[in-house]
Amino acid sequence: MTVILEWLSGLCLLLGGVLCITGGVGMLRMPDFFSRVHASGVTETLAAPMLLSGLLLQMELSLDSVKVIMILILVLATNPTATHSMAKATLHGGQRPQEFANGKNIGGDGSSKP
Amino acid sequence: MRYIRSSLIVAAVWLLLSGHYTALILSFGAVSSLIVIWFMWRMDRVDEQLGVLPMRPRVLYYLLWLMWQVVLSNIDLVRRIWDPTLPIRPTWQRLDIKVTSSLAKTLYANSITLTPGTLTTDVREDHFMVHSLSPDGIEDLRKGGMEEQIQRLGI
Repeated sequence: MTVILEWLSGLCLLLGGVLCITGGVGMLRMPDFFSRVHASGVTETLAAPMLLSGLLLQMELSLDSVKVIMILILVLATNPTATHSMAKATLHGGQRPQEFANGKNIGGDGSSKP
Repeated sequence: MRYIRSSLIVAAVWLLLSGHYTALILSFGAVSSLIVIWFMWRMDRVDEQLGVLPMRPRVLYYLLWLMWQVVLSNIDLVRRIWDPTLPIRPTWQRLDIKVTSSLAKTLYANSITLTPGTLTTDVREDHFMVHSLSPDGIEDLRKGGMEEQIQRLGI
């Protein structure tokens, strides 16, 4: 039983690590601010829960595991707020989303009027 | 009444997070809980609205469903990121909404933002402005699966 838990936890941690790297690579590859925000979402919405559940599987049930679950809820609850306020601040600052196809700017600001 | 309930919750969370039970530390906890309640009291003068999601089975089901959607769109996004041709076509479009209550709107906008690949930039009376990494993301939202789930919550 403990062996299965160990492997499961290891798998979760490995997946979380790979997803973190994926988020970083996405940040570097994406062409403009708004698409970078999407890439960073991978790190927050799936990588962090994976890492935390990997840790949860390794520790015995105690006050600490409740704390880890609270961190998980906090990350998931604050992510949309932070993302939205960043995007809104960027729009307010006058930067508009650009249209891209296959990584090349094809002009236009990609918007239908609000 | 609301303040008594909130202060109990704040104190319980503090106890949970601290785990030390000496008189000095406990009094620090009491003082910091009181300060938090004082902040809440000050803020309520501006905003009397209380938006609390009722913990019904339907709401819990929705949250689980949302988590699953997050996993699905994460897989899609990871595929796009590692694809050498970078198959993205970002768009920024208007999304008409049917939900009316402010709680439902908040939930919908946050759910859209939490799902990677779509991002709410603006919340208006009858529409959102949504930025999406590919037109598929917005098309999926227009089909209204997520919105129907929220309407069924009855909030």
